[in-house]
Amino acid sequence: MSDLLNSVSQGAGDPPVPQSPAAVSSAAWLRFKRNRPALASAWYLAALLLAILAWPLALKVAGGGFAQTHDPNWLSDGQFLPPGSLHWFGTDVHGRDVFSRVLFGAQISLLVGLVGTLVSLVIGVLWGAVAGYAGGRLDGFLMRTVDVLYSLPSVIFVIVLITTLGELMKHAPLVAHSPALAKQIRVLLLFVGLGAISWLTMARIVRGQVLSLRTRAFVEASRVLGARPWRILTRHILPNIFGVVITYLALTMPAIILYESFLSFLGLGVEPPMASWGTLIAEGVGQINPLRVYWWLILFPGGVLVTTLLALNFLGDGLRDAWDVKAR
Amino acid sequence: MYFLRRLAFSIPLLLVISALAFVLVRLAPGGPFDRDRAPASPEIEANLRAKYHLDEPIWKQYARYVGDLAHGDFGVSLKYRNHTVNDIIAQGLPVSMTLGVLAFGFALAVGLTVGFITAARRGGWEDYVGSFLSMLVVCVPGFVLAPLLVLVFAVKLKWLPVALWDSPWHMVLPVVALGLYFAGKVARLTREGMLSAMQSECVTAARAKGLGENTLLFRHAFRLAVLPVVSYSGPMLADLLTGSFIIENIFQIPGIGVFLVNSSLNRDYTVVVGLALLYAVLLVGLNLLVDAAYTWLDPRVKYE
Amino acid sequence: MTFSKRARRFGSLARFCLFSCGWVSVWLCLSGCVRHEPPADLTIINGAEPESLDPAIITGQPELRAVQGLFEGLTRLDPKTARPIPGLAERWEISPDGLVYLFHLRTNLVWSTGEPIRSDDLVYSWIRALNPATGSDYAGQLFYLKNAEDFNAGKIKDPARVGVHAVDPFTVRVELNHPTAFFLDLCAFPTLYVVPRQTIESHGDRWLMVRPLPSSGPYELAAWRLNDKIRLKKNPRYWDAANTQSEIIDLLPVGSPITSLNLYENGQVDIIWDKDLVPVELLDVLQHRPDFHSFNYLGTYFIRFNVTRKPFDDPRVRRALAMAVDKNRLVRKITKAGERPASHLVPDGVAHYTSPVGLEYDPEQARQLLSEAGYPGGRNFPRFNYIFNAAAGGAAKIHENVAIELQQMWRDTLGVEMELKQLEWKVFLGAQSRLDYDASRSSWVGDYNDPQTFLGMFTSGDGNNRTGWKNQTYDALIREAGEQPDQDLRASLFQRAEALLVRDEAPIVPLIFYVGINYFDTNRIQGVYQNLLDSHPLQSIRKIHKP
Repeated sequence: MSDLLNSVSQGAGDPPVPQSPAAVSSAAWLRFKRNRPALASAWYLAALLLAILAWPLALKVAGGGFAQTHDPNWLSDGQFLPPGSLHWFGTDVHGRDVFSRVLFGAQISLLVGLVGTLVSLVIGVLWGAVAGYAGGRLDGFLMRTVDVLYSLPSVIFVIVLITTLGELMKHAPLVAHSPALAKQIRVLLLFVGLGAISWLTMARIVRGQVLSLRTRAFVEASRVLGARPWRILTRHILPNIFGVVITYLALTMPAIILYESFLSFLGLGVEPPMASWGTLIAEGVGQINPLRVYWWLILFPGGVLVTTLLALNFLGDGLRDAWDVKAR
Repeated sequence: MYFLRRLAFSIPLLLVISALAFVLVRLAPGGPFDRDRAPASPEIEANLRAKYHLDEPIWKQYARYVGDLAHGDFGVSLKYRNHTVNDIIAQGLPVSMTLGVLAFGFALAVGLTVGFITAARRGGWEDYVGSFLSMLVVCVPGFVLAPLLVLVFAVKLKWLPVALWDSPWHMVLPVVALGLYFAGKVARLTREGMLSAMQSECVTAARAKGLGENTLLFRHAFRLAVLPVVSYSGPMLADLLTGSFIIENIFQIPGIGVFLVNSSLNRDYTVVVGLALLYAVLLVGLNLLVDAAYTWLDPRVKYE
Repeated sequence: MTFSKRARRFGSLARFCLFSCGWVSVWLCLSGCVRHEPPADLTIINGAEPESLDPAIITGQPELRAVQGLFEGLTRLDPKTARPIPGLAERWEISPDGLVYLFHLRTNLVWSTGEPIRSDDLVYSWIRALNPATGSDYAGQLFYLKNAEDFNAGKIKDPARVGVHAVDPFTVRVELNHPTAFFLDLCAFPTLYVVPRQTIESHGDRWLMVRPLPSSGPYELAAWRLNDKIRLKKNPRYWDAANTQSEIIDLLPVGSPITSLNLYENGQVDIIWDKDLVPVELLDVLQHRPDFHSFNYLGTYFIRFNVTRKPFDDPRVRRALAMAVDKNRLVRKITKAGERPASHLVPDGVAHYTSPVGLEYDPEQARQLLSEAGYPGGRNFPRFNYIFNAAAGGAAKIHENVAIELQQMWRDTLGVEMELKQLEWKVFLGAQSRLDYDASRSSWVGDYNDPQTFLGMFTSGDGNNRTGWKNQTYDALIREAGEQPDQDLRASLFQRAEALLVRDEAPIVPLIFYVGINYFDTNRIQGVYQNLLDSHPLQSIRKIHKP
């Protein structure tokens, strides 16, 4: 009974079965294609991406009146028009086309989510894995650093980051001469700032996993056989936390996109007239009231945001199931 | 021993946090006494700064702060000048903690149940519905979900109060609105953990020994599955206990979540540092608990 | 350890059940601790959480409304007209040159705790507000007194040299620097209220936490919980207690406009009187309801130009931009509460004053002026920025909306490109006062009913000028007006100054006159009157209980 316990390990703990990389990949693809929600999500995201990229081009090609009425920043007297054949998603307080604003806002939101998530992935996984594997003093130091950063109020952190770095960048030679670049700087700082505050949870989770993995039989075996720590980390430990990391990533991206909207809510987000889904939803949220509802102002931005995040989650799950060694 | 040492080590940690927060909040542009109307003479502002020692060099201010801290005094709020930070915490923390503990309980109860069911019935309709819902609540922003809940259950159906914090009935909507997001996260972590646990050797071996599927699920898989949830619980509880800006704003709840955000916006230096410290104490304590829970749940984990 | 033993130890289901039970019992516990407070006679949504209730410290409207119930000055404001009427002083005499005031206190004044209120208390209160150690933002309200500014700056140490003295227990003598037309209005301003010396001297900055708190006004402070409520209870010892209409009043701080509307619609509050807490999205619906009351208000929304930067150093450019703004469009599309477009700074209805007409919307002439300034059709006009503060926490996005409309108007009419810079509140304030902007969203709400509160701030070097604009003629006019005792001559001096400000030089562009908004049902609530200061003394408000 007790030896059974000693060998407790997740199935993932088995040394990888030797198999050609191509075979692994094609098998994974097959599995992925059988996962219908994930596949549908992939198609949905692809279609959305296509629409985001194609819409500005379409406006350029169409030109004239159509391009003007659908310019996301073109004001008209047609305030609060309900969805119709001209404005598919209706218009907002300034008479701007909501459909266009949602698609242009998508660029910002998805980019924020993507960059922020990547930043948090790289820092979080490395930090957590090293802390968990090294243990002892180094672990203590790394995790206490995480605790310190975790405790600092994120709002003030973002304010300081955006304003002080913004000031510094303003005087950088490259930025000073290009107003277009200066405009992007704030968005860029936002990306970095969001990534910088969201890797902490990732680090903790990864460390927890590694802590429990490093005493497993196969890791011990590998160590006894003289493998270097770096090799053990990259070959045995990181692949085994892949599942949890992917799941957590799928949870992080929505969180970052949502946090961006919260910052927009506080006036620290993207600057008008630029839009992100967050700012559009923050604008539309006043419509949830008992008296009079311009439903299109909340339903369309909110709907696109929620479906996109859902799709990202399903996709994340599908990828994990397909590639995860555990599933075999 | 290990835990005692960590407890002792947390004191310098708290000092580092307070020092960082102290400097960080002063780095942000603007000060606590900047208003849309300037006082009638520059001396008025000088008087104000002198009164709160903001005219001193920063190291001296910090030394003064730590000195007061040693007596348990977090200082006077620079925005709410009749209140000390101790007052603000004493008034707001019990409210936020009540809300937080209830939401934590709600999130765990709902999240673990849904996670367990979806894993146990993998591929069945329960799995699809449960997984979909647990994903959905993670994807809807809190400041959309909360007003929607209010609109439906309080304004239209009139089952529950629209806002304020007077009776248990007032707590239902805020707890649900706050807890749902975390419930979704817990459900997903549980499901993920369960699925990998059910393929582990331990469970396979137990299955080979002829143990019933239910016993397997409850006794073995579930135990392994809660590990990531436990890991996630520390920060989650610290977040929940210190309140939520959005929920407190929408339901007009007198907690400290609103202060956590507004103190930064107001440059209320003492409140920012005081709340950062409070949060840190909670976090350090809860993470210690999490690690303790780890050794308890997974005996292979050792601390030396 | 055996497998089964450990399995029992980790009987997750059992622990899960235990946990649920625990949770339910917590719930039951909570049901026990319902607050047993009697319901209030009147519940009012008062705005943001008051920063303080210390009359010497407060600066904002929500604070002012609560403090008006707790303390009183020599005069108080008439609930209908917001003009000063006798308060703690029952009468006064003014010297012919307007420099010396002799106030006679009522003889029956007592604190809510029973001790008498005498002229010493008033002198103490004013000197306290001026004392540098108090750190009063609004000490400036007392700078009209002789030597007051020097005392506040620490240049004079002896409080006896400040122009306020107790002649006898019921008489106060006040000496001013200049004849000040609005001094009686100021006496009704919180900075000049009478506060309890004993309590303050023994408890310092935390004196408002003392219960019972001695109050000099119609109400006592029964409870004050941050972000929860301020509960006021009738003060039976107030000199005019017979006319106090409601026994218990709750003032709620609310953070979100939709929450405040929901509370009102569900009948949990009687009055919303903070215009920021009436949802802007719904104004066009609410406006047609009988509960909605909008009225002229002492506030103006305007644009500041930074005249120290090119091309805004040229008055022609500023005037061109001013004349290219279609203010009607802003009122019609954005603000929607019945605001009126503004061509001058001082709102209509200010006592003894009529403003000159400023620059009206005239695209033709705007283009002409711009090309005279060297930018025909906006050519070579540099990109410039327009700063505005972000609406935080679900507040209305009026500033952003106005900015977006302005951007379009200036682009279409003049061909100039403006960049929007949304700044967090404190960053915005810093940028404005450091002149780190090209054009800036601005607004001003008058402290008292007089043109001085609007026009005084654009004198050279005033802390609220914030445009870099310096004009000696303007300064001289304002100074003369300040010393002129004759109402009509004074008004014409102000008119000449204002014409310079909004017509000839245009360092600012007035856009909109604010309206005040009160939301309550006239069939149920009496005693809330609409006046220029949006002032509503609590003691005159009551709820009618219909059978």
